[in-house]
Amino acid sequence: MKACPRPPGLRRRTTVVGALLGLLLAPLVLLVAGAGSAQASVATLCLAQPEQTACINGTVGNRTNPVEGVEVTLLGPDGAEIESQTTEADGKFSFQVEEAGEYAVLVDPETLPDDLEILEPAPRFQGPEGSILVQVRLGQTVAPDLDVRSVDYDAGGASFGDQIAQSIAQGLRLGLLLALASVGLSLIYGTTGLSNFAHAEQVTLGGMVAYGLVNVGGLNLWLGVVLTTLICAATGYLQDRGLWQPLRRRGLGLTQMMIVTIGLSLAAQYAFQFFVGASQQKVVVETFDVVEIGPVRLTEMSFVAMGISLLMIGLVGFVLLRTRIGQATRAVSDNPALAAASGIDVDKIIRLVWTAAAGLAGLGGVLYALVVSNGIRWDTGMQILLLLFAAVTLGGLGTAFGAFVGAIVIGLVVELAGPLGAPGDLKYAVALVILILLLMVRPQGLLGRAVRVG
Amino acid sequence: MDTFLSILNSVVSEAIAPDTAAVAIAVIGLNIHFGFTGLLNIGQAGYMLLGAYGMAISITHDIPLALAVLIGLVISLIFSLILGLPTLKLRGDYLAIVTISAAEIIRYTGRLAAFEDFTGGSQGIFGKSYQGPFISLSFLGDGSTTLLPLNYREAGGTGARIAGLLVALAALAAIVWVAKRMKSRGSDEPTVGTSATPKLLLAVLSVVMVLALFFSFPQSEPNTSVDGWWVRLVAWGLVGLSCLIVFLLVRSPWGRLLRGIREDEDAIRSLGKNVFAIKMQALIIGGMFGALGGMVYVLTGSVQADSMGRQLTFFAYTALLLGGAATIFGPVLGAIIFFSARILVREMSGAYVPNSIMSDQQTEQFSYIVVGIVLVLLVIFRPQGILGNKRELRFHV
Repeated sequence: MKACPRPPGLRRRTTVVGALLGLLLAPLVLLVAGAGSAQASVATLCLAQPEQTACINGTVGNRTNPVEGVEVTLLGPDGAEIESQTTEADGKFSFQVEEAGEYAVLVDPETLPDDLEILEPAPRFQGPEGSILVQVRLGQTVAPDLDVRSVDYDAGGASFGDQIAQSIAQGLRLGLLLALASVGLSLIYGTTGLSNFAHAEQVTLGGMVAYGLVNVGGLNLWLGVVLTTLICAATGYLQDRGLWQPLRRRGLGLTQMMIVTIGLSLAAQYAFQFFVGASQQKVVVETFDVVEIGPVRLTEMSFVAMGISLLMIGLVGFVLLRTRIGQATRAVSDNPALAAASGIDVDKIIRLVWTAAAGLAGLGGVLYALVVSNGIRWDTGMQILLLLFAAVTLGGLGTAFGAFVGAIVIGLVVELAGPLGAPGDLKYAVALVILILLLMVRPQGLLGRAVRVG
Repeated sequence: MDTFLSILNSVVSEAIAPDTAAVAIAVIGLNIHFGFTGLLNIGQAGYMLLGAYGMAISITHDIPLALAVLIGLVISLIFSLILGLPTLKLRGDYLAIVTISAAEIIRYTGRLAAFEDFTGGSQGIFGKSYQGPFISLSFLGDGSTTLLPLNYREAGGTGARIAGLLVALAALAAIVWVAKRMKSRGSDEPTVGTSATPKLLLAVLSVVMVLALFFSFPQSEPNTSVDGWWVRLVAWGLVGLSCLIVFLLVRSPWGRLLRGIREDEDAIRSLGKNVFAIKMQALIIGGMFGALGGMVYVLTGSVQADSMGRQLTFFAYTALLLGGAATIFGPVLGAIIFFSARILVREMSGAYVPNSIMSDQQTEQFSYIVVGIVLVLLVIFRPQGILGNKRELRFHV
């Protein structure tokens, strides 16, 4: 780190910021003890050292539906068997090699569940006996694609109408959970003008804290959810108190503050990896029962999560529309200077917004880990960050209800993109394309007011 | 001493690695966007990816290298037009959100199995399928190890290395001293016709320093058929060329308009200038540097969508702010310091912090945590970076 000379007055600030970062990450420290024991059971993830080793890491199945108990074999360039691993609950395998060359990864079809088969790779990756070729270079990590599909995939299974119904249900679920986080993001933007890129890490933090409390700490799930929300809200409060308020007082520009959030998000992501590890962790070990309503199959927990989300958003809406604090918040959103002049304590309102936003994001993170992503990983939040921004922008930057509407739309788009023909991860891209297209015709978003800029 | 030397070795090899040069070029582009014009582009990695794909896919389809590079640049131009048309008339945050989204769309699309024949899907395009034309251009032959009597890969033992290090340090000290002298003289009397000698001295000293480091620390480019010397020469040559282009651009009337737009868009508009067109030109030119950086970035490796994700953009911002936005050499200095400092943090904590406290994996993550915190502290306490001028940086978007 570069040590640059600073006037003595600033030195105190450094400690403040340092202490703050500590506070932001403090809940993670709770997890350290648990992380040690959890990592011991998981196959250690290989990390390539430059010029010495290379890694072949991957997941059987995909991130949301990993396949457990599959035997994966690594074949050397000469076709000889080097190593075999059996995947654990997270479906991961990880080989470390010390020589570059063309290796092959083979999945033992006997160990796959009966109704699944490995997707056939593209012709140039096809190795002998159905293996998949990987090109290995020292110092790099390669990830062979071992996605699975059900054997009766071609037979169709559910009718198109049923698929659409299922997707709409999943879309609503995703949308409601996104809304929890994006309402806060939008309120922060509305009151301070800041696009908070670290908001996604607040979502991850929620899942991580819940993992520490419920899975590692053995707390009751609901108690854990409440506690997590409170802890996350506290991080929001402390962040504003120790970082954002002093920065506002210093008159730091919005662009600079936005880059500060980028730095925080980077530090937080790697702090999650540092303390919890790079693999996916489950908040609760047991699986939830599935409920079938007509063509829709969702877990019981999904309905509970959607209910909680609706309730919380309803509560936020009620506070915003019907209480004095809500009125003050809207006033600050509209015009901070005018609000301050009419006797509203702007700093207090902004602190409240930060607290509520972080709490809601944390709650969203727990629920997301419980029902959508089947666990929490250091980059879970990062993956939905752009969906959050898309939701907020789509609804109109800074409008809380716009964020809600935007989130539902984005959720539906993402889940419906699959059955309507967008393969794999492209469903996320579809949401972003829609965002860009909308900005062309209605830049203020769905519920925003048109403002002339330039 | 050996531990120390091996740490230093990794640091130096990272500092002069072609990858560092590649990111430096992309940061130079970002500097045009963010530093000079005040455009908040958070999708520079997307430009890099486009350039890399454009070049690599063209070459695998038997298009000559020069044309392939041109194709990569043209693709980035089209991308700029698509991004700029809807957003450059809007407030700055819209450009930020749209660029980061567009970069992600490119990454997702590159990973798609449907385009595997072109992009190689999530495995990417292997280096050997497009490096051929570049290597055959090399006039250094395949002699990657010796230049002059000095053996480049294994230069001497501990003694030779320490000597080299001392020479490099002495050169660095001399550079700082000369630069300070130049600066102090500049403030005494307005710089009218300063003699060229100090500048020449600076250049010579820099060359001495780089050579001393180059020869004292063994470098290799293992397991790629790309010649270590050749690719470094081209990469850093391009960095120099980019700096020169930016220098010429920003001292032109057009360059002054850029700064004007950054400081006060309305004022420039009231002068009758077409702000939208100038912003678009800046976006296009900066994006082309991004694409060029992407091409250099994949020369020693493979084109893999995930290697040029959001994080690379964030690293680019850290490097830019570290070196100093709106300066000519800031991006280069920032990129070099950023990458080598991260390696230094990693290696130091790997060597001196016991494994019970921090495992080998954790040192890697620890180095990134430090990067994030440094970015935060930089923006708060020294927004002008190392070389920047604080008065110039009042950028609001």
